[in-house]
Amino acid sequence: MSDRAPRTLFDKVWEAHLVRRATDDTPAVLYVDLHLVHEVTSPQAFAILRERGLRVRRPDRTVATMDHSTPTTPRRAGSPVEIPDREAAAQVKALEANCREFGIPLYALGNERQGIVHVIGPELGLTRPGMTIVCGDSHTSTHGAFGALAFGIGTSEVGHVLATQCLLQARPRTLAVEAEGRLPAGVTAKDLILALIARIGIGGATGHVIEYRGPAVRALSMEERMTVCNMSIEAGARAGMVAPDDTTFEYLSGRPHAPQGPQWDAALESWRRLPTDDGAVFDREVRLDASALEPMITYGTNPGMGIPIRGTVPDPGGNPTLQRALAYMGLEPGQKLLGRPVDVVFIGSCTNSRLSDLRQAATVFAGRRVAPGVRVLVVPGSQQVKRQAEAEGLDRIFREAGADWRESGCSLCIAMNGDRLEAGQYAVSTSNRNFEGRQGAGGRTFLASPLTAAAAAVTGRIADAREVLG
Amino acid sequence: MERLTTFTSTTVVFDADDVDTDQVIPARFLKGTARSGWGAHLFADRRYDAEGRPRPEFPLNHPAAQAARVLVAGRNFGCGSSREHAVWALQGFGFRAVVAPSFADIFRGNALKNGLLPVVVDEAVHGRLVSAPGSPVTVDLEAQKLSLADGTEAGFVIDPFARYCLLNGIDELQFLLGQEEAIAAHERRADSPIGGSTS
Ligand code: SF4
Repeated sequence: MSDRAPRTLFDKVWEAHLVRRATDDTPAVLYVDLHLVHEVTSPQAFAILRERGLRVRRPDRTVATMDHSTPTTPRRAGSPVEIPDREAAAQVKALEANCREFGIPLYALGNERQGIVHVIGPELGLTRPGMTIVCGDSHTSTHGAFGALAFGIGTSEVGHVLATQCLLQARPRTLAVEAEGRLPAGVTAKDLILALIARIGIGGATGHVIEYRGPAVRALSMEERMTVCNMSIEAGARAGMVAPDDTTFEYLSGRPHAPQGPQWDAALESWRRLPTDDGAVFDREVRLDASALEPMITYGTNPGMGIPIRGTVPDPGGNPTLQRALAYMGLEPGQKLLGRPVDVVFIGSCTNSRLSDLRQAATVFAGRRVAPGVRVLVVPGSQQVKRQAEAEGLDRIFREAGADWRESGCSLCIAMNGDRLEAGQYAVSTSNRNFEGRQGAGGRTFLASPLTAAAAAVTGRIADAREVLG
Repeated sequence: MERLTTFTSTTVVFDADDVDTDQVIPARFLKGTARSGWGAHLFADRRYDAEGRPRPEFPLNHPAAQAARVLVAGRNFGCGSSREHAVWALQGFGFRAVVAPSFADIFRGNALKNGLLPVVVDEAVHGRLVSAPGSPVTVDLEAQKLSLADGTEAGFVIDPFARYCLLNGIDELQFLLGQEEAIAAHERRADSPIGGSTS
């Protein structure tokens, strides 16, 4: 491609990381700037290294944390962390041993920087514009909010990156999502992404990297952009990206790993060249009017089965997937979700566990009580988020309302750490997946924003937060 | 990795669309640290009831399914989580190929890296496979061709490099390790603030 041809953000990041271009016989070799590692998808990859006598090529470009299988039960600061589940404890031990053996920095349980891998990368300033970032986790797409190319990989690829800092990749196609207008009051970034997935479907962006564009996206904070990019994978996308701008730079400035002084100035200069050039061509485009959006909620068993909160459950017709989803959820076509009782509310996960999410939820909890019989878990995404929330007194608001204030981790998003739904229970959850059994075998999940989740907590029913707040 | 060329096997049909990897293997089973032993948990919540008894109506529980090495699945198979355990569980059961109208990206990549062949067929061929569960098919990776018992032959497309690796039992890591010079050159050229050191 000539220097003059207009390029997309994706094109620029992709081309800057080509170790070797694709040939007729071989895919491209792509360099990885940052490799994030967690306990569930890495042990078998380290085993590959050991089997072959390989070392980790760039431990300085690798960062590990533990989040998926770790308990979030409250503990005293400084007290030893106990993992009651034997298998989970073994997995955590394996990560500690692997990081020690291969020289990888690890934010272990109890460390003040521990947290969900996609929360700590950005907050530590590890995630920066123009980088390539991978992790053995599909929600790595979160980091694209900074104008990085960030995507989830499998365990074999974790091994490839550990050993060579590279991946073999076929070039994805590009999809521009133009979000016009501005989100109305009470409608959040979570509603924007749920609406998009409902529109294009869970396979709607397969094979593509999405660039979120338009005034509604530019107006989002970094934390909101992360919520949007996080769920790109739920539309099947390889990755989601937002071009870096002053919002991005302000967020990054002064973070522990962000460049400083002259290095910051040089970085800024290169970051400003990243946004998509005028006239650059995307393979596909989808337009969305943000100003017409309502708070969204899912009714089914994949993230594409979403409706406006005041809407009704659609008729599955002859579609067996939809029929099964409604049967699993115990719902009938034509029903309103509004007013349906819920058993559990979960506010957390890499989609919605950052400070701004907790602040929003707190506006609903303040001066109200959790409805009788409802279990509410508020799980900060990281220890840093936890400390900030506590400094602002948010934890007191949650606890006084009757919610459970937990330690950081994936918690009820994935139900492999002791937090889970019982069969048949209904939950409103700020996480990203409502798959059958995702939050516990037989558990039934409604995905929604922190505002909607908090409104369900205080009313005991699916509710429109705009009404609850009055 | 085991070489994959041509094989003939009966099929199991599980024709649901958008089967996510949480269905293929629920997260509560992901606490192991080995690569083997996952087959028992394949489709656990679909295959067994709450007491752990096999549900007789689930296709994988049919006696004839036990010898099948080809799974016929629905659209967008393997969406959701990146867990490679999904592939290990399918292989643990004995599958060597999954045939579907489409696959999710990460799953397809994971499958190829482990020698589980993701075969994309059009709706017509898919319909024939679905209507004849248990009948034999021949998967010919060399010729990139699927042959059905009724005489239908369907070509399939597969990334040429992945095909080369599978046919020869080579894995991608070997290839990447051979790129050392180019990788080092990239690092000399691009260890700039934009890619920045992370420490
Ligand atoms: S919070 Fe949920 S989606 Fe995010 S990394 Fe953890 S398990 Fe995955």
